[in-house]
Amino acid sequence: MRGGSELELGKSNLPAAESELELGLGLSLGNGAWRERGRILTAKDFPSVGSKRAADSSSHHGASPPRSSQVVGWPPVGSHRMNSLVNKQAMKAEKREGKEEGKKKVMKEEDEPKDVPMKVVQGSGFVKVNKDGVGIGRKVDMRAHSSYENLAQTLEEMFFGMTGKVKPLRLLDGSSEFVLTYEDKEGDWMLVGDVPWRMFITSVKRLRIMGTSEANGLATRHQEQK
Amino acid sequence: MDRRFPFKVLEHIFSFLDANEDRNSVSLVCKSWFETERRTRKRVFVGNCYAVNPLKVARRFPKMRSLTLKGKPHFADYNLVPDGWGGYAWPWIEAMAARRPLLEEIRLKRMVVTDECLEKIAASFRDFKTLVLTSCEGFSTDGIAAIASTCRKLRDLELRECNVDDLGGDWLSYFPETSTSLVSLDFSCLDSEIKLSDLERLLSRSPNLKSLKLNRSVTLDVLEGLLRRAPQLVELGTGSFSDELDPEEISKLTKALSELKQLKSLSGLWDLLPEYIPVLYSVCPRLTSLNLSYATVQMPDLVDLLSRCSKLQKLWVMDMIEDKGLKTVALCCKELRELRVFPSGADLDEEDVALTEQGLVSVSEGCKKLESVLYFCVQFTNAALVTIAKNRPNFRCFRLCVMEPFAPDYRTQQPLDEGFKAIVERCKDLRRLSVSGLLTDKAFEYIGVHAKKLRMLSIAFAGDSDLMLHHLLSGCESLKKLEIRDCPFGDTALLENAAKLETMRSLWMSSCFVSFGACKQLSQKMPRLNVEVIDEHPPKTRPDSSPVERIYIYRTVAGPRQDTPEFVWTIHKNPEVGVSRLSTR
Repeated sequence: MRGGSELELGKSNLPAAESELELGLGLSLGNGAWRERGRILTAKDFPSVGSKRAADSSSHHGASPPRSSQVVGWPPVGSHRMNSLVNKQAMKAEKREGKEEGKKKVMKEEDEPKDVPMKVVQGSGFVKVNKDGVGIGRKVDMRAHSSYENLAQTLEEMFFGMTGKVKPLRLLDGSSEFVLTYEDKEGDWMLVGDVPWRMFITSVKRLRIMGTSEANGLATRHQEQK
Repeated sequence: MDRRFPFKVLEHIFSFLDANEDRNSVSLVCKSWFETERRTRKRVFVGNCYAVNPLKVARRFPKMRSLTLKGKPHFADYNLVPDGWGGYAWPWIEAMAARRPLLEEIRLKRMVVTDECLEKIAASFRDFKTLVLTSCEGFSTDGIAAIASTCRKLRDLELRECNVDDLGGDWLSYFPETSTSLVSLDFSCLDSEIKLSDLERLLSRSPNLKSLKLNRSVTLDVLEGLLRRAPQLVELGTGSFSDELDPEEISKLTKALSELKQLKSLSGLWDLLPEYIPVLYSVCPRLTSLNLSYATVQMPDLVDLLSRCSKLQKLWVMDMIEDKGLKTVALCCKELRELRVFPSGADLDEEDVALTEQGLVSVSEGCKKLESVLYFCVQFTNAALVTIAKNRPNFRCFRLCVMEPFAPDYRTQQPLDEGFKAIVERCKDLRRLSVSGLLTDKAFEYIGVHAKKLRMLSIAFAGDSDLMLHHLLSGCESLKKLEIRDCPFGDTALLENAAKLETMRSLWMSSCFVSFGACKQLSQKMPRLNVEVIDEHPPKTRPDSSPVERIYIYRTVAGPRQDTPEFVWTIHKNPEVGVSRLSTR
């Protein structure tokens, strides 16, 4: 799945009907040809962050997320130095290759010394969250959450401050004046909470905290789609 | 009575002003001071070649002897600026050649310099003495040959990390056959081999040579012969340090190095083999600058070397030095002012590299004069940053690169906000800062509140919202250069703080949430800013809400530039459609 990010200006939170736009990051050293496109990278794209290295082992769909050394211009080391590093890694790889018996090539990120390619990223990561009536949006890391309750708690802290209230599901159970909705990869706005969490995080593109009254129309539309 | 200060007196007083910042202030006082100052300025510095018109600069400073120019934004070093963006030296060379033929020194950074430029320099400035090109590209060794052969009074020829079309080592033979006036020669970034005899003869006829930086292709076995011909060297950049030498050669080399009684700076040392470390012992006690960043040497050998460098002020090294090695530095190198620790490319998936935040903490404790740091590390803690800040409130430049984007404090899992807060609170003279790791808007609030002398700030993968940018633009009074990549904000803060941008040299933002509409608005609102939108392939239509890949904003009195490539949009090109070229459907 290729994620994209759409931009909202100020309070106009409803999505415009244009197609997704990809943010190209691909560049290569030396010849200036623009290679692969990517999108804004988020914490999700670096599964080996801190103690979450285990997440890497459970990666599935084909191309794995980029390591931090696969991102263009990162780490910020000048290209002369980078070339030197790359050659060393290639040499290390060759040495390791030499030690292994089989002819299996050890795939290092940088195959061509002069190129630092950016791999396409799967899955979701940080998504933008807007609350009605608040101009400045926030971002929340979907990968850092394990459940709807978890997410709701984070959002409540972000947008409603630490209320200290015991009921964490205010956003999800329809009991407050606000309700949590999301835009999925098809561009439809849905109520949060209807699909299993794992499915949700792969399809969510944006979140919006809207007034319950406005959301009523949404719920209906959602039901109609069923 | 004429109340004005006589021109001669003013002129004499101004001749004591060296710093261009002072001269700039002085020139704003009144017309006569402006006139006097401009007639006496010899060294001209232009931080952004597009901020001002070359002809105007040429006309303004009739006594100009030295010109320093910078072109591309800093992030070009990391391949974030596409080829062909700009930064051409030619208009400047042309203007100076026509109007300032007495120019003696040209220093260019991140600019496109062609052979034509170099030939023009050689042909136009009869007293030309100094050419320093840093991170430049677009020229070949033919251009260098032109400089070498034609500039009879050449003193400095330095190519620092340039991308040169290397057509071979012939250029070295183009220096004048009789003696040369060379003081410094740096060709360390060239790839091809040079003829040994050419180099040896050049050294023999360059009695004033103080600084020599060889390229990697100069092998170890010839080094001794070169050094014997230049025992007066103060700075030496060796070539490769890994070839096999027999014991006699080793002993000869050791002796030759020990004869360099004035040597203060050592660099190069590509692939330095541990068995050759003792060869360097004799120069260590005198060294004030040591660049080991290309020397693939392990910690024990580094310790061996560094423990003998008690006068060291500047150390560049790779992370193979480990915490242990830095502890030695803290103990032995009490004069240290600048430390850079570069990543060696150790695979992040392997066992933890033994360079952690502890290394920097040790150095900050032991080296009381430390004021400039560049440190690459996998992860960090707030506690370490707080300690470092307490130890060294005299930091002027603090660049920490936590290589894992979004990495929190690995002990507490908290963002590194508090750590950087300590840095900006305590280091009141901080001029340059690079932040990294997991950071929320709070970190930037702290920076905005405390970092009042901060001139340059680099940010990647940080923050939560527009507040981040807002804090910086509204708080950092001295901010001149701000560069940001992969941060989740854009329009609001940018538009609200538009006026601030005229007080800064430049702002770079890539992979952020800046919309095209905001770029248009900013361009319309601020005519003295050049707002450049740089996109891979400009889309056929560009709705206002579409995000832009890169935006580069800089103040200018030169108006829109005329040399933008296709992929750079400015409002002057096509304000309606927003693409540089209308596509036909």
